[in-house]
Amino acid sequence: MASLIETPPCGDLLPVIVTGAQLVELRPGPVLSIAPFHGQAAAVAAILAEAGLDWPAPGTSGVGGSLACLWAGRGTAFVLGPLPEPLAARLAGHAALTDQSDAWAAMQLRGPAAEAVLARLVSLDLRIAAFPEGAVARAPLNHMAALVRRSGADRFDLWVFRSMAQTAVHELKAAMTSVAARG
Amino acid sequence: MRIEGKGLIDRSQTLGFRFDGVEHVGFEGDTLASALLASGQRLIGRSFKYHRPRGLVFAGSEEPNGLVTVRRDGAGVPNVRATMQELHQGLEADSQNRWPSLRFDAMQVNDLFAPFLGAGFYYKTFMWPRAFWEGLYEPLIRRAAGLGRLPQEPEVAPYEKVWAHCDLLVIGAGPAGIMAALTAARAGADVILADEDARPGGRLLAETHEVGGQPGPAWVAAAMAELRDLGVRVMPRTTVTGAYDDGTFGALERVALHLARPGDLPREAFWRIVARRAVLAAGAQERLIAFPGNDRPGVMAAGAVRAYLNRWGVAAGSRVAVFTNNDDGHRTARDLHAAGIEVTALIDARADARLDAPFQVLRGAKVLGTEGRLALKSVTVETDHGTRRVPADCLAVSGGWNPAVHLACHHGARPWWREEIAAFVPPHPGKPGTVPGLIPCGAAAGVFSTAGCLADGQRAGLEALAALDRAGEPAPLPEAEDAPVRVTPLWEVRGEGRAFLDMANDVTTKDVRLAATEGFTSVEHMKRYTTQGMALDQGRGSNVAALAVLAEATGQSVPATGTTTYRPPFTPVSIAAMGAGGRGKGFAPERLTTSHRAALDRLAPMIEAGLWYRPSHFPRTGEPTWKEACDREVATVRSRVGICDVSTLGKIDVQGPDAAAFLDFVYTNTMSTLSPGRVRYGLMLREDGMVMDDGTCARLGEGHFLITTTTAAAGQVMRHLDFVAQALRPDLDLRAISVTEAWAQFAVTGPKARRLLDGILDQPLDEMAFMACRDVQLHGVAARLFRISFSGEEGYEVAVPARYGNALYRDLVARAEAMGGCAYGMEALNVLRIEKGFLTHAELHGRTTAFDLGLQGLMSRKKDFIGRAASERPGLSGPDRQQLVGLKATGRGDAVLAGAHLFPQGAEPVPMNDLGYVTSACWSPTLGLSIGLGFLRDGRTRHGERLQLLDSLRGVDVTVEVTAPVFYDPDGVRMRG
Repeated sequence: MASLIETPPCGDLLPVIVTGAQLVELRPGPVLSIAPFHGQAAAVAAILAEAGLDWPAPGTSGVGGSLACLWAGRGTAFVLGPLPEPLAARLAGHAALTDQSDAWAAMQLRGPAAEAVLARLVSLDLRIAAFPEGAVARAPLNHMAALVRRSGADRFDLWVFRSMAQTAVHELKAAMTSVAARG
Repeated sequence: MRIEGKGLIDRSQTLGFRFDGVEHVGFEGDTLASALLASGQRLIGRSFKYHRPRGLVFAGSEEPNGLVTVRRDGAGVPNVRATMQELHQGLEADSQNRWPSLRFDAMQVNDLFAPFLGAGFYYKTFMWPRAFWEGLYEPLIRRAAGLGRLPQEPEVAPYEKVWAHCDLLVIGAGPAGIMAALTAARAGADVILADEDARPGGRLLAETHEVGGQPGPAWVAAAMAELRDLGVRVMPRTTVTGAYDDGTFGALERVALHLARPGDLPREAFWRIVARRAVLAAGAQERLIAFPGNDRPGVMAAGAVRAYLNRWGVAAGSRVAVFTNNDDGHRTARDLHAAGIEVTALIDARADARLDAPFQVLRGAKVLGTEGRLALKSVTVETDHGTRRVPADCLAVSGGWNPAVHLACHHGARPWWREEIAAFVPPHPGKPGTVPGLIPCGAAAGVFSTAGCLADGQRAGLEALAALDRAGEPAPLPEAEDAPVRVTPLWEVRGEGRAFLDMANDVTTKDVRLAATEGFTSVEHMKRYTTQGMALDQGRGSNVAALAVLAEATGQSVPATGTTTYRPPFTPVSIAAMGAGGRGKGFAPERLTTSHRAALDRLAPMIEAGLWYRPSHFPRTGEPTWKEACDREVATVRSRVGICDVSTLGKIDVQGPDAAAFLDFVYTNTMSTLSPGRVRYGLMLREDGMVMDDGTCARLGEGHFLITTTTAAAGQVMRHLDFVAQALRPDLDLRAISVTEAWAQFAVTGPKARRLLDGILDQPLDEMAFMACRDVQLHGVAARLFRISFSGEEGYEVAVPARYGNALYRDLVARAEAMGGCAYGMEALNVLRIEKGFLTHAELHGRTTAFDLGLQGLMSRKKDFIGRAASERPGLSGPDRQQLVGLKATGRGDAVLAGAHLFPQGAEPVPMNDLGYVTSACWSPTLGLSIGLGFLRDGRTRHGERLQLLDSLRGVDVTVEVTAPVFYDPDGVRMRG
């Protein structure tokens, strides 16, 4: 039987490397959206706790073992990584579970110029005091709806709709080139 | 003329440049203005209206005359202020508003007609006939009135927009701004220090003052080094242009305009700086005195003459006279004399002026006129002992200083008049219309001495720290000059000839008095009548003088007359900078499907559908236009099988105990009765009863639905569902999330669709009912299969996780081609659906009801739903409504055209006879004739009637026959299979 070849969202668009900043594709693996039903937040949190994950407060994210959990909007979190099947099965009924693994192009912008590059595309205050490691925001990346997460002192994870990968890379590359030119 | 040993320029770095084609040489650190002045170029432009010869007046961004066109990348950028253009090797600049040359300008005849061209000339002269306003007068006036010519090509150079956030934004890096920044940064605040100049220091660069026992520039350098060590973001070449809401400031940075080879640097960056507090230390602006002939090249601001001397080592003349009404003017005379330049007279209008000077001082004297053709030769001075002529090739004028209050007034508050310094100062903090969190200090707040500025800057820094809840320490201040302000207001010397106020717009004192005489006594009316203050410099050098002249003409005081409104931007901002990031590809994101490359591989031209790019058709050899390809693709789908990427349709996953009840509320028809594994067509209305969108609703499980939207309305429907769930029905327990991007979905359509699918499914399809859905495995991948049709043929849509989209699409098309099928594009998709009478947003255009569309049967009477009440209003149904119909061309070769209107045969084509219009049309290869869909008054009773189809734009007038909207397989036998 033939098998279907997987095509990553960014593929040969990345990496982009300039002085002071690199943009690489992230492969977060399975992405599960969890949106608790009415009154089920505590039950969901308790089940996630068994996987070492805290239910993220708005604008935050956390890590537990090989899993990560990102706030992703009103009453919604994305769990990154393979949630053990029994836990996932127990979540059903407490929360809407939706596979988002293929919906996003995820990339990481890193390097000493990363913050300056994003300042050209994202209007938020991304200074480390205001947007510390682990902070998450849904914010426009130029004209694209995006999810921005600070994953390190000088690294940011950027998620945009899969279909917009090319535009996102184009915009980021332009900003990276511009910042690099300032030396 | 350069003065040896003076200035902050680097004389080891010579820079060659051209002005009007003539080669000159300047130095690193020069502006175009200082380099031209050093080369003896007195004449720099022609005035806006009268084409009078003009020279430089100022040294900063307020310059009204020194507007030049600078060549950049082959295009001329007009209206660049020579005072703001830093010199670089190879700079090419040209003067403006002259023909054929700057020295001999044919349009200077305008000046002879000056008596007729005063304020209001255009309003009075170009009134009749009205029809000439736009066609004749305006182009004529615009051609005659002079600024530089806009480049005719679109701007392609890079520009940038940037956001910045900080605790404290300090605007201006003179002594006050530097002290404020130091005070705040030493206490740990996150500070941005922005200054318009290329070099920080403000007036300290232009004066000979010492600070803390060292030359001003040396103290500045040490302070800047400390600021950088403290982590302050110093932004030179950055003009803060506006104070907006919530502590947001606009700022324009000249990033690469000073470089011969900018590389990848943007020309300019437009910053949006969000600051918790701001300190306004923008300094002050010298004002002139209006006297006859005061616009002759060589008449300059005294502070500017000093700046050219001390900062750039340039003598603005070899025999300089000074005309002042305040002590500051004396500094110019002293500095010039100390530099060895002859001061022919210090003319002080005050009778009590100091006399002890090594040059002639004429006190109680006024300049009554000037002489010289293209450059100043002498001035006529009126003294107590009569008039006399003083030789001078430069006259340095000081009428006092105006604090740069602009930003403090951008929210509407007006400045107030301080009599003892004869100047407007920023509005009191906290008054209505002040900028919250903005603390003015230093010269911008009317504190003019260096010592005063240092102390006031520290005060402002401490005030900002307190507001930021940070403890700050007052530090010992360096010693500096602390001269008091001594000024006696003098706005105008009346005499023979014109005295100019606004040189940029050629407005004279006489124009202002004329405005007053004609009833324009309010300063806002005077401004509009005379155009004073409306040029590129926004009257920064002339506003206060003009309102003072108006005050005198109307017998009012200066404060009672008041100022005009201060609005952003403080200096001109190029549209390219404001629109940075929005040009070309930056205008909107491009959304590409997973099959994009495969379609390009097949040479498909792409068309835009919303933000998405979708293939129009798949051309083959022997198909000269899209139409042959489209006809073939339609025929192939009808006879064999076709493949089309339909991933762009919105997909929304709805889950929860109340998901079914929720969908019953947003759809007109009932979804709660749908069985798992089944799909139903659904219609959503807006609150106003009009149709919002249509699509399918699949029930994947008891509390789990997957709905689809049209491509165009996907975002709108998602927002609508969020709004309904949160705001209208928070009682319902459900969650909705977009999964549009998670799945690649392909239509497999045609009589051979099932056979094709059987080849890739792990289990053969067997029977699958029309409007059913199920989970399947294909090539070992979990997939979803829907039996739905947008073509009228037996159709399936197969969805796989998007990562497999590219591979599956290529596989499906290859298999289809092996069976005589093909890929089809948007053109064929559209023809197939028109033949079948299916709807798109051409029909669901926001003004049609379910009744209009013939879908009133989908409006459930058993439940409430959004839009139900409004849709039942009178007038939204019935025979007067324009109803969906099909249209067929009757004549051979005739075409139905979308956009055309329908009239009774023989009726006059006037609006009252208009019966309807065509929304979609195509050539139907299946039927062999041109068909269309449209809306026709009482259309459902008119099937079989003949009407005139008129399209006046394209000159089409043909007869069409009205039919039912379904042309092909009206009973759905083929689709249901």
